[in-house]
Amino acid sequence: MEEKDNYLKSERSQQWREDLRKKIKNKERTQIPRVKMNEIDPKERIKSYVEVNCGLNKEQAQNEAARCLDCVNPTCISGCPVEINIPKFIKRIEEGKFDEAAKVLKDTSTLPAVCGRVCPQEKQCEAKCFYTQKLKKEPVAIGYLERFAADYEQASGQVSIPELAEPNGIKIACIGSGPAGLTFAGEMAKRGYEVTVFEALHEIGGVLKYGIPEFRLPNSVVDIEIDSLIKMGVHFETNFIVGKTATVEDLKEEGYQAFFTGSGAGLPRFMNIPGENYIGILSSNEYLTRINLMHAADKDSDTPVVSGKNVMVIGGGNTAMDSVRTAKRLGAERAMIVYRRSMAEMPARIEEIEHAKEEGIEFMTLSNPVEYLADDKGRVNQVRIQKMELGEPDASGRRRPIPIEGSEELIEVNTVVVSVGVSPNPIVPDSLPDLKTSSWGTIEVDADTFQSSMPEMFAGGDIVRGGATVILAMGDGRKAAQSMDAYLKGN
Amino acid sequence: MYKIVGKTFFSENVVKLDIEAPRIAKARRAGHFVIVKIGEKGERFPLTIAGADREKGTITLVVQKVGVSSRKLAALEVGESITDLVGPLGKATHIENKGTILACGGGVGVAPLLPIVEAYKNAGNRVITVIAARSKDLIILEDQIRAFSDELIIMTDDGSYGKKGLITEGMEEAIAKENISEAMVIGPAVMMKFASMVTKKHNIPTLASLNTIMVDGTGMCGACRITVAGKTKFVCVDGPEFDAHQVDFDEMLLRLSGFKEIEKEADESYLKDHEC
Repeated sequence: MEEKDNYLKSERSQQWREDLRKKIKNKERTQIPRVKMNEIDPKERIKSYVEVNCGLNKEQAQNEAARCLDCVNPTCISGCPVEINIPKFIKRIEEGKFDEAAKVLKDTSTLPAVCGRVCPQEKQCEAKCFYTQKLKKEPVAIGYLERFAADYEQASGQVSIPELAEPNGIKIACIGSGPAGLTFAGEMAKRGYEVTVFEALHEIGGVLKYGIPEFRLPNSVVDIEIDSLIKMGVHFETNFIVGKTATVEDLKEEGYQAFFTGSGAGLPRFMNIPGENYIGILSSNEYLTRINLMHAADKDSDTPVVSGKNVMVIGGGNTAMDSVRTAKRLGAERAMIVYRRSMAEMPARIEEIEHAKEEGIEFMTLSNPVEYLADDKGRVNQVRIQKMELGEPDASGRRRPIPIEGSEELIEVNTVVVSVGVSPNPIVPDSLPDLKTSSWGTIEVDADTFQSSMPEMFAGGDIVRGGATVILAMGDGRKAAQSMDAYLKGN
Repeated sequence: MYKIVGKTFFSENVVKLDIEAPRIAKARRAGHFVIVKIGEKGERFPLTIAGADREKGTITLVVQKVGVSSRKLAALEVGESITDLVGPLGKATHIENKGTILACGGGVGVAPLLPIVEAYKNAGNRVITVIAARSKDLIILEDQIRAFSDELIIMTDDGSYGKKGLITEGMEEAIAKENISEAMVIGPAVMMKFASMVTKKHNIPTLASLNTIMVDGTGMCGACRITVAGKTKFVCVDGPEFDAHQVDFDEMLLRLSGFKEIEKEADESYLKDHEC
């Protein structure tokens, strides 16, 4: 802890930071209004998969960076799972040294252009910002600035590669190429290890590719980050399922000395209500995979997708928002969210809910499907919806939804997307009988080291958490790399 | 990667491919399947493995041209490669000496049946096999199946080969003569539905190897879900083999037709573009 504080203090006391702090008075800084993200007009954007947020321009970014007070005690950093030196990168932006700002991000984050887009900053760094905590004002737009710096570097074509230690020849296997795996791989490559990432699908990126749509995170942004890893010497093997194509034992025989599992929470949950297997009812994983990974909406793609006039998405998380907004872009006239609690309890990011509303998504809250009906060909055509009211708070602290008797109504649908959560992927745990797992199927690890019951196996991300965020997965990958390094060095 | 090293036409529409895939050849067991994708914009679809040669590092797939993707696969020549191939997937067949096995294969279902027949035979079972197709030219792998079967009954719908009649009739014939311990049925969903009705009538425990629509094949999408004993199961990770008497085949048949119209349209346009 002390070491970290000293580092932050010495960084903050550097001359350029001192000079910058003196340049504008804090009182003036706090008078600057928070920047607004530039966005594509809702009427335009629902016709394509173009990214909704356009990013900030240089002036906007430098102006926003000037709001940051470069606090003595930068509480924002404690809100970041990968502990980015936030004031330092923001001050580099204020200074106009954007590539330097990107380097600061890369010191601790493998995927800054991704995080700048999909992190829930409002619940993390920005929630811990001095503006939020003490001034009761809108926080510095840390997320927008992160994206600005990362995009600037990507656009410059001069993507920096972190300094790498001398290769030590030790082979490491990383299972899964989602945010946890990519971060882990980058951190180990920095330390000189020979890392191979094994990916089950035909494309690298995991949920960043198959799950999050292009209008929120363009694939090209992910690909640039993957290219950086390849330049750092990370190997990738697609179409390779550890536990199936080869076992962990096989890989040990091939010389791999330690393993990191970041295989994600891939299994979709269903509600087990009558009619749920009718044609036209699919999981959000299937729906989004068809569009995002298989490009089913493209004319020249062989993968079909069901597109309906009336699309109902069940659930209130980010994946539900991604699905319903995708439905709108596929031409749905009515794209509806059905959520059993109220708007206040909805787990999706506020920005995503706002964007969805702007795009004409209908929100049916305090509603729950209880039965699906179908035509004579077995294709879903109606959903029986029950109205709910909120009772006492449940274990999650949110008020429990209670059905209102006699409140059922039928709604016409052509397609239903079920987005009520995911379970951990069982393939890796099933192939390792000695690996300790929870009753939920998650891999049990030490909370600090991310080491599993098999000493050479570490794990992180959703296979450990059961369903969380990109940034938490990245934090896990980073910490697991630190402790695997210590384990392999015997301390 | 995944280079085609052998290609044999069983009939105009059914082709056998030997494909370089050393890791899969080594890891696969009877009952496993792979996911195949042809071309950058290709779709992912499952095929049960029909055999493997560990020494050569190849696996064998048998594909029937039924739509765009299977036509693209069947059109690949020796020396060309499959874009993406992943596996082995699913749970392997649980093989042990159970006594007498009735193995039933319909159409191209005979291909995935072959390694299972071989494994049962090698485990010491007496194996009675019934294979069936519409007509003589659609009967495949007869010699290979015969090599591992104590008895082989061949049925054709039109009587152009073997005995005239449906697979169910061949099954009845075998059941009348033998004391069957367990049955295995593989083929088109509608054939498996009726074949398992026969074994149910005779109280013979039966497994069916199902081939449903899939995207990833690793449990992620749920496109392959079916109902077994009233519960939703994923064919890709819970199967592909299930207690045939508990499978809701009617629901499975409906779900298989989910993209029928789009598929038919795509197939017609593909055929139009590829007419020679």
